[in-house]
Amino acid sequence: MHIIESGNVAAANGVKLANVKVIAAYPITPQTPLTEKLSEFVDAGEMDAQYIPVESEHSALSVCIAASSTGSRAFTATSANGLLYMNEQLHWAAGARLPIVMCVVNRGIGSPWTVWNDHQDAISQRDTGWIQLYCCDHQQIIDTVIQAFYLAETVSVPVMVCYDGYILSHTYMPFEIPKQADVDKFLPSFKPEYALNPNQPANLNTVTLPDVRPDVRGDMAPGYMEIRHNLHADMRDAIDVVGDIDKKFNQIFGRGENPYIETYRCDAAEFVAVCLGSLSYHLRDVVDILREEGIPVGVAGLRLYRPFPDQAIRDMLADLKGVIVFEKALSYGNQGALFADIKAALYSSKNRPKVHNYILGLGGREIKTAHLVDALRNSCVDTDKVGDTPVWIGLKM
Amino acid sequence: MTEKTTILNLSEDELVHPGNRACAGCGLSIVYRIGLKALGRDTILVVPPSCLTVLQGLYPIAATQLPCLNVTFASTAAAATGVLGALKAQGRESTLVAAWAGDGGTSDIGIQALSGACERGENFIFICYDNEAYMNTGVQRSGTTPQGVITTTTPFSGKSQKKKDVPSIIAAHGIDYVATASAAYPLDLYDKIVKAKTMNGPKYIHIHTPCPAGWGFNPRFTVKIGKLAVETGLYDLYEIENNKWRLTGASKKLIGKKRTPVNEYFNTQNRFKALSDEQISDIQKEVDIKWQSYDETYGN
Ligand SMILES: Cc1ncc(C[n+]2csc(CCOP(=O)(O)OP(=O)(O)O)c2C)c(N)n1
Ligand code: SF4
Ligand SMILES: [Mg+2]
Repeated sequence: MHIIESGNVAAANGVKLANVKVIAAYPITPQTPLTEKLSEFVDAGEMDAQYIPVESEHSALSVCIAASSTGSRAFTATSANGLLYMNEQLHWAAGARLPIVMCVVNRGIGSPWTVWNDHQDAISQRDTGWIQLYCCDHQQIIDTVIQAFYLAETVSVPVMVCYDGYILSHTYMPFEIPKQADVDKFLPSFKPEYALNPNQPANLNTVTLPDVRPDVRGDMAPGYMEIRHNLHADMRDAIDVVGDIDKKFNQIFGRGENPYIETYRCDAAEFVAVCLGSLSYHLRDVVDILREEGIPVGVAGLRLYRPFPDQAIRDMLADLKGVIVFEKALSYGNQGALFADIKAALYSSKNRPKVHNYILGLGGREIKTAHLVDALRNSCVDTDKVGDTPVWIGLKM
Repeated sequence: MTEKTTILNLSEDELVHPGNRACAGCGLSIVYRIGLKALGRDTILVVPPSCLTVLQGLYPIAATQLPCLNVTFASTAAAATGVLGALKAQGRESTLVAAWAGDGGTSDIGIQALSGACERGENFIFICYDNEAYMNTGVQRSGTTPQGVITTTTPFSGKSQKKKDVPSIIAAHGIDYVATASAAYPLDLYDKIVKAKTMNGPKYIHIHTPCPAGWGFNPRFTVKIGKLAVETGLYDLYEIENNKWRLTGASKKLIGKKRTPVNEYFNTQNRFKALSDEQISDIQKEVDIKWQSYDETYGN
C-alpha cells in the first residue's frame, strides 16, 4: 500500500511492522510525532506491544536495555539533547550487545537552543559502539527500520536509524508500506542467546577484570579487553551483513542494491560530493547543474556510517581527482568527522584524490542551491585553491 | 498480619553464597542473604553500582543464585520497568522483579527513575539498603548521611545537612506499601518482603544497614549497632500500608517506654566523633519530640 505521510509516520509504521514488543520513549522535537504515533498504535490495539511513558531519555534507553536483556524486541527514538542524555546508556547497550533499534531524528544540540536540523547529535555519539544508518527519504526510513532489527539481531549490536529532523521527519512524501506477511518472511522473530530467566540464572554486566580469568570449571573467561575486541570485530563483520541483508530485502521487496553508498551520476565522474542524509538528494540538483556546465561530478550519500564502509569508500573514490565532503556537523577544533574518516580510508590508496570539506546547515541554517553550486564548482575547477581546513557555507559574518 | 517468621521456619534455601566479596561484618550481607530468601527463586534482580555489585562477584563468578541485571547508577527503577515490560510481553508475569540499590543509587542519582516508576505504578519491589554514604567509592556523603557524620567529603566538621527522608518521599507517590527495616532485625525484613510480594504496584522497603568499614566500628558489633539505632529512637521501623502508617516490631515495642539515649549510639562509631555536646542534645530533643507524638498517637 502506498500512502503520503511524514517521515515520522513512516518510521512508526516500520516499528509496527517489525513486531516490536517494548517501546519506551520521551518526547523531544522533532521526534515527538513518532512517539505519539506509536502510543496511538498501542492504545488502539493495532500493535501488541508495551508502551512505557518514561520520565526521561536515560530511562527510555534503560527500559530498552532491560527489556532486551529479558528477551524482547525493544525500540526507542530521540533527537539532539535526548540522545546526549542517553550517552551512558548508549555505551552500556552496545557493551551488553543488545539489539535495540533507535530512530535518531537529527537535530542540532544546545547551547544555544535550536530545534532545527543538523547532524551533531548522532555524529557526537559515533564512538558509542552503535551501528549508524542514514536515510534520504521516507521509503528508506520505513525500510531501514525493518532492516535495522534484522541487522541488530544478527550481529548483536544496537542500531541507530538516523534521518533529518523536519526535512524528512515533518515533510510528507509518498512511500510504500510493506505487507506484514512479507516483513514476517524477511524478519525472523527475536531469539536471544540468553534472556534473564530464574530457571537459568546469570549475573549480567558484572564487574570484569583487566585480565582473563578462569570460571568455576577452570575454563578461561574473557577479560574486559577481549569483550571489547569482540564488539569491534563483530561491528566490522556487520559491514558484510549489511550487504547480505540488502540482498535479501531486495529479493522480497524489490528495493535496495546500494547497501553502503547511494550514488548519483558517479559514472565517469572525476569529482564526487559526499554527505550523510537527505542532503545527498539536494546535491543531485546541484550535480545536474554542474554536469550541464561540463563538470564531471556525481554525488555519493553514505547509508552506513558506523561501522565505516572503508573498502566501499576506496572502491568508489580512490581514483578520482577530487572528493568534496559536505557536513552538517564537525569535531570542534578540528574538522568534519566524515571528512577525517574519508581521508583516513583513502590514505592507503595509490592515487589519492584531493579531499575538501564544507560545513553547512548547522542549527537548520538554510542550505541554498546556489551556495552548493558555487562551492562544488570551486572544488572541481580549482582543486588546489581549497585547502585542508573546512570551509563554512552560508555563514554571514 | 500473617504469622511471623522465626529462625525455626525461615527458608533454608541459600541464594547468596558464603565467601562473597563484602567486608567482614557487612550489614548488607545479612540483609541480602535474608532478603533473597524472602524474594524466592522466581525473581529477577536489578542492581546498580554499589557495594552490592562487588558482593555479587567479579566476572565470571557470581555469589548469588538469582538472575541479576547489573545496570548503570541512575537507571535502576527504569531497568526494572524494562524487565517488567518484557515479562508482560512474554506472558511471564508470575516472575517477581526486585531492584536492590544503595542509598546513593536510591535517594540521589536514582531518585528520578524511581519516582517515575512509582508514578507509573510499576509492579515491582524496590529495596534500598541504606548504609548512609557512598561506600563503594570510599565513604562519601549521600543524601541519607545523617547530620554531623564524618565522611571523606565532609572530612572535619561532618555533614551539616539533615538526612533525606526517602521513605516519605516515596510514600508521597501514593503507592500501596512502604516499609522501613533494619539489618539488625532480619526476620522483620523477611516478613515485610513477603508481605510486599502479595501486593500490586510499586513496593518500597528501606533498610538501615550498618557498615563497619564506613562507620568506623568493630565488625562484630554490626547487629548491636543496628539495634541501638532503633532502641534510641533515631531510626524507626514502620510500615505504610494503603496509606496507613504504623510502627512495627522493635520500634512498636518502644511506645510508652524509656529509650536509650542517642549518645550511646553515637559513641559506638568513629563517624560521629565531630558531633558536639550541643548537637547531640539538639538531636536528642528532636528524637524526644518525635517520640512524644508517637506515644500520644499510638500509645494507650
Ligand atoms: C554515573 C555514575 N556516577 C558515579 C559512579 C561512581 N559510583 C559507583 S558506586 C557509587 C556509590 C554508591 O553508593 P550507594 O548507592 O550508597 O551504595 P554503597 O556503595 O554505599 O553500597 C558511586 C558514586 C558511577 N558508577 N556512575
Ligand atoms: S564498605 Fe560497608 S557496605 Fe560496603 S561491603 Fe564493606 S561493610 Fe559492606
Ligand atoms: Mg550507601
